[in-house]
Amino acid sequence: MAEYTPSEMMVVRAARELNNGEVVFVGIGLPNVACNLARRLGAPELVLIYESGAVGCVPDRLPLSIGDPCLATDSISVCSMVEIFNYYLQGGRIDVGFLGGAQVDRFGNINSTVIGDYDRPKVRLPGSGGACEIAIHAKKVIMVLKQSPKSFPRKIDFITSPGFIDAANSRSRFGFPGKGPSLIITDLGVYRFTRNTHEMILQETYPGTTVQDVRANIGWDVKIGRRLETTAPPTDEELRTIRQDLDPDRIHLR
Amino acid sequence: MSSKVMTMSQAVGKFVRDGDTVVIEGFTHLICFAAGHEIIRQKKRDLVACRLTPDLIYDQMVAAGCVRKLVFSWAGNPGVGSLFGLRRAVEEGVPRKIEVEEYSHFGMVARFMAGASHLPFMHLKAFEGSDLPKKNKNIKFIRCPYTGKRYATVPALNPDIAIIHVQRADEEGNAQIWGLMGVQREAAFASKRVVIVAEELVAGDVIRADPNRTLIPGLIVAAVVIEPFAANPSYALGYYDRDNAFYVEWAKVSKGKAGMDRYLDEWVYGLSGRREYQEKLGAEYVGKLRADDRPSGSVNYGF
Repeated sequence: MAEYTPSEMMVVRAARELNNGEVVFVGIGLPNVACNLARRLGAPELVLIYESGAVGCVPDRLPLSIGDPCLATDSISVCSMVEIFNYYLQGGRIDVGFLGGAQVDRFGNINSTVIGDYDRPKVRLPGSGGACEIAIHAKKVIMVLKQSPKSFPRKIDFITSPGFIDAANSRSRFGFPGKGPSLIITDLGVYRFTRNTHEMILQETYPGTTVQDVRANIGWDVKIGRRLETTAPPTDEELRTIRQDLDPDRIHLR
Repeated sequence: MSSKVMTMSQAVGKFVRDGDTVVIEGFTHLICFAAGHEIIRQKKRDLVACRLTPDLIYDQMVAAGCVRKLVFSWAGNPGVGSLFGLRRAVEEGVPRKIEVEEYSHFGMVARFMAGASHLPFMHLKAFEGSDLPKKNKNIKFIRCPYTGKRYATVPALNPDIAIIHVQRADEEGNAQIWGLMGVQREAAFASKRVVIVAEELVAGDVIRADPNRTLIPGLIVAAVVIEPFAANPSYALGYYDRDNAFYVEWAKVSKGKAGMDRYLDEWVYGLSGRREYQEKLGAEYVGKLRADDRPSGSVNYGF
C-alpha cells in the first residue's frame, strides 16, 4: 500500500462522508479539496456551492480561492452573495456545511477569529467569513482540522461559529434551523457527538494512531466510543486523484 | 449625456478624500488593485476601508498607512493564510494602530443591502451563540413583530465612495459584469459616489443589446476609468486568469515589513500607473494569463 500523509487521510475520510446528490456549501482549504475529491470519485452528482455565488460547480482545476474563475465556468448558476446567503443558506437549501478553524471545543464550537485576547490578539486570524451562518443554517456541519492540545483546548479563545454552544439543546433554545456539528475529522481520528450531552466522542482512529495519541493531543478528558473503529486507509485511486489531479503542486496538502 | 471617462489618477484625486469610508468590492473576482495602488500613491489617509474580504490590496493599503479602520468579515489571503500587513497593524500597531469592526459575510451582505435599500438596518438569522456580538456592539437583536422570534440586526453601511471593477462599460458608466459578482451591485447602490473601472469601453448599443447583464446603471455612477489589467493579480473572467502563484508568493513577500516596503516601492510608488505596471510585468506574463475563448450563446431579446 502507498504511503500517505495525515492531511491526505483527513481529506479522504472527509470526502467519503459526502453522499451523491447532497448540496454542499464548500469552505476554503482542506474542505475544498475534500469536496472536489468526492465529486470526482464517490459522489459525482454532489452539488457544490461556494459563497462567492457559484452554484453547481464543476471546477476542472482545484480552486485555490473560493472565488476562482473555474467555479463560474460551466456552473449551473452564478448569483450574487445576497442570493447565496439569503435564498440558499438562510432559505434552508444547504444539506452540508463544511468548516475548518483554528480551535474547536468539546461542544463543536469553532474559533477562526483570534488566538489570545480579542483586543490584544496574539494571532489575528481571518475571522468568520460565512462560517458563523453556515454553522447556524446548514442541515449538518462537518469540520476538518488538525488536532493538537492548542487546537483542541478545554476552552477556546473566541466562539466564531456556534456548534452546540455550552449545554444540551442550546441550539434549539436559539431556534437554529440546522442540526449542528455531526462529524469532526482530524489528522488522528474521527469524532461524532453524543446524543444527550452533545459532547465530542471519538469514533474512529486511523491506521497507526492510537487512543493514547488522541488523548495526548486534546485539552480535556475526551469520551471514547465503545465500538471504536479503524478508518480504512486511502485507496490508490483516492491518492492518485489528490496528487495528480487536485493538488499536484502540494499547495493545499502541505 | 456627457462622458464620465477620466483617468485613474483623476478619479481617485477627485472622488477619494482623506477620512472617507471607502469600499473597493470584489469577491476574488474583479478586485481593483489599480485603484488601491493609486490611493496609496496619492497618500490618502484615515480611510475607513470596508469590504467583505480585504485581501492583498487592502493589506497593501494598510501597510502604506492609508487606513484608520477596517470593516470586514474575512481578512486573509484566500487559500494561502494570513495577511501580514494587516496583522502587523492589529498585533503591533505598525505602521499605525488600526481599528477593526468585524461581521460575518452574511452580516456585511445585509449591511450593504440595508444601505442600498435606504433602510436603517437589516435583520437576519445569524450571530446567536457567537462571540461576535460581544465585540461588535453594532450587532443587535430584535423580535419579529409577527412571530416573536429573535433575529440579529446590522446597521446600514453607506460608504462615501465605491470603486467597482467591471468587464465593460459605456462612457456614461452603464457597467456589465459576468461571472462572480459578489456584492458589487449592493455596494454601489449603498454608496454616495461610484467610480466604475472597466477593462473595456464599449458603445451604449452594446450595453443595450444585453441589458440583463448590466449590474450597475450609469445613473448612479460619477466617473468611468478605462484601465485594462487593473484587477491583476486578481482576475477578470473572459479577459485574464487569476495569478494564483502571486497570492502564494505574497505570503513570503509580505511576511516582514522590509519585504512589504520593498514591494510598495517597486510596484506602487515606483510606477506612474497601471500601464507601467503592465509593461514592467512584461508581455510574456500577461500572455500567460490571457483568458481562453469560452463565448456564451446569444439569446433573442426580440418581441
